[in-house]
Amino acid sequence: MGTMLASPAFARTIAGLPWSPAQTSTPQSLVGQHFLTAAEKHCLDALTGRLIPSDEYGPGAPEAGVTTFIDRQLAGFFGRGDRWYMQAPFRDGIPGQGYQSEHAPAQLYRRALASLDAFCRATFGGRLYAELETEAQDELLRQMEAGDLSLEGVSAETFFGLLWENTIEGFFCDPLYGGNRDMVGWKLVGFPGARYDYRDVLDHNGAPVRLEPVGLMGGPQWRVD
Amino acid sequence: MPRKLPETDVVLVGFGWTAAILAQELTQAGLRVLALERGGWRDTPTHFPPTVAPDELRFYWRKEMFQDNARETLTFRNNTGQMALPMRRWGSFLPGEGVGGAGVHWNGQTYRFLPSDFEAASHNVKRYGPLADGLTVQDYGVTYDELEPHFDRFEKLCGIGGVAGNLNGDIQASGNRFEGWRSSNYPNPPMEMTFAQHRFAEAAQALGHRPYPAPSANMSRPYVNPLGVQLGPCSYCGFCEKYGCGNYSKASPQTTILPVLMQHPNFTLKTHNEVLHITRDSTGRRATGVVHVDLEGETYEQPAQIVILCAYQLHNTRLMMLSGIGEIYDPRTGEGLLGKNYCYQVVSSVDVFYEDKFTNQFAGAGALGMMIDEFNGDNFDHAGLGFIGGGYIACWTTNARPIETHRTPEGTPEWGSAWKKAVAENFLKSTSISTHGASMAHAANHLDLDPTYKDVHGRPLMRMTYDFTANDRAMTAHLTEQARRIGERMGGREIRVKPRQGPYDSMPYQTTHNTGGTIMGSNPANSVVNRYLQSWEVPNLFVMGAGVFPQNAGYNPTGTVAALTYWAAEAIKTRYLRDPGPLVRI
Repeated sequence: MGTMLASPAFARTIAGLPWSPAQTSTPQSLVGQHFLTAAEKHCLDALTGRLIPSDEYGPGAPEAGVTTFIDRQLAGFFGRGDRWYMQAPFRDGIPGQGYQSEHAPAQLYRRALASLDAFCRATFGGRLYAELETEAQDELLRQMEAGDLSLEGVSAETFFGLLWENTIEGFFCDPLYGGNRDMVGWKLVGFPGARYDYRDVLDHNGAPVRLEPVGLMGGPQWRVD
Repeated sequence: MPRKLPETDVVLVGFGWTAAILAQELTQAGLRVLALERGGWRDTPTHFPPTVAPDELRFYWRKEMFQDNARETLTFRNNTGQMALPMRRWGSFLPGEGVGGAGVHWNGQTYRFLPSDFEAASHNVKRYGPLADGLTVQDYGVTYDELEPHFDRFEKLCGIGGVAGNLNGDIQASGNRFEGWRSSNYPNPPMEMTFAQHRFAEAAQALGHRPYPAPSANMSRPYVNPLGVQLGPCSYCGFCEKYGCGNYSKASPQTTILPVLMQHPNFTLKTHNEVLHITRDSTGRRATGVVHVDLEGETYEQPAQIVILCAYQLHNTRLMMLSGIGEIYDPRTGEGLLGKNYCYQVVSSVDVFYEDKFTNQFAGAGALGMMIDEFNGDNFDHAGLGFIGGGYIACWTTNARPIETHRTPEGTPEWGSAWKKAVAENFLKSTSISTHGASMAHAANHLDLDPTYKDVHGRPLMRMTYDFTANDRAMTAHLTEQARRIGERMGGREIRVKPRQGPYDSMPYQTTHNTGGTIMGSNPANSVVNRYLQSWEVPNLFVMGAGVFPQNAGYNPTGTVAALTYWAAEAIKTRYLRDPGPLVRI
């Protein structure tokens, strides 16, 4: 009774509390996992760099490692849509029905990035998205967001929605996932991270509470390399 | 052919709050109880200790706490003129999967519905005349007075922190004067409030309202519950809703019941076993058990004397449909009861931005809030307002999880440098007032089986047809205006009103408060289950959960779901076991 490990893989009968030491379910950082090509990463750096630019307020999405984050995520279960319902038939829905693309996220990125660069090459004298002036880059993003840009084989609006969602994730996630490098996202806004106990500051009464952020693996100040 | 297993007295389908309560009650009564849970085992030290739990990407955005959409989802449309399409991933609501169900990832906001909520039809008709066209609101068939002892049990099980407003009829100044009578005070004091709650309370008071501390299942101090299970004090980490609690500080099946229940020799839990349908004898009037399947695809026939559906509201309703028990509701004819009166929750908010004051909302908890009830239920005169029902208005400080919560003032661009600047400047200096409104049943809103899309086993998905009703829209406009008035008096630089407008959108998170589909009532012509949550058609089948709500009230549902479960458990123990058969005879 109560000695079986908490394995998620198999159906089983449980009696007692199946607790064992050192059996914590740890996160998958996907370090070393890649999906994107160099050209795709180049384009993604440019896109996310306009969504969250580097400016006087601090580093932007590329400097925060958002492209690294997205690359790893697309290489994993998220990119494959493993936990999404991906059964046919696929139809265009109303906005309130959410994501209806037949492509799981990784393939959506692949098609959208290729189509965007193809569109830019044809429209802007052979230049890629990353080679355009920032005003032109912003204008294309606005057109994608509004559904006014037609990209070959993929909905620009759907891609924009997913890209913006993943950019925010990569900018503010725990650094173990490759984004929010050196906790630049958390430092920008003043989020203290995974501290888990704020009882001492509850009576702040409107005064600022500034705490150095800590992630699940510690903080940048703990680094020994 | 499914492999036939030895019979058990009771089989529970799903293993969240309602199953844990029933298993504890029924094993104590001497019954052999088996729970079948389609997800895995989960517990504090192994699955969400403090070193693992505060991971926004993993648990919420990658949906680790929730049901796997790849295996089963539902389809959605606003009305029958549209084609329902699958929710390919969760959005507006988040059904749980695994031991503890959604009781692991809830906030802990724990209410008793108002006495008039249980008599929503008769009460409102008596005061305001006939219901508006299309509303299919009806009484629960059970009264607040009957449920009071059961609310009390759940509050003590969970260690709810709060301030009584009505102790045996005596109104208490600092509590909610509108609440139904309570036989005893909350077992714990309220949570410690922060700057935002103080400002909300001052503003609400200035408008003549009586703010009170929200009842909380996040522990305001260490607590030992009546089963002898210990809960630790909340550390206000800001990771309640959508997360498991690492401190044993949020009441859940794991932190209140399982340490005792799991040791009971009469109790067995099988995880990663999904129930496919309920089996019946040749008369159709008696359930013989369930058929379930494990992850390897092996199917089993599990005979039982009593079958109790304890899965989420959507799943209980679908399981009844897939088992062919009862007629599925058809909005064209009004015939059929299964899937009827699907309701939700109608929410809106008003953000408040400060210039030089810090809300530091990372220091928060799921049920840390001050609230008012002046506009809930029938606590105010609805004459001439064009709607029935209402909701509460609260200022919560639940979190500053930055992927999810980064408020920006009106007129801020959606991305780019200006967005980044606005997020940076307002992240620690904003708060929000929530309105949490009822959802009244309407003939057009319902659940049935989808004709096109299938689950991993090849069976039809549930199809949801839902939009906000005229009653909902008038109600939420009224509540939002009251919240705006409070927000304007909270001393901020500016406010941003976020009304609930347009068609219901299944993607942005709103609440996991889906109700109806297996509604309770006074007779077999108006309900799927009787006042004891017993199937009219199959008396040894019971259905728990918010699916039995004929319509949803202005409060969060868990307290009422639990009270109904204790109420049903008592009826099973004291009456059904002695004389198995219908507990209500017409």
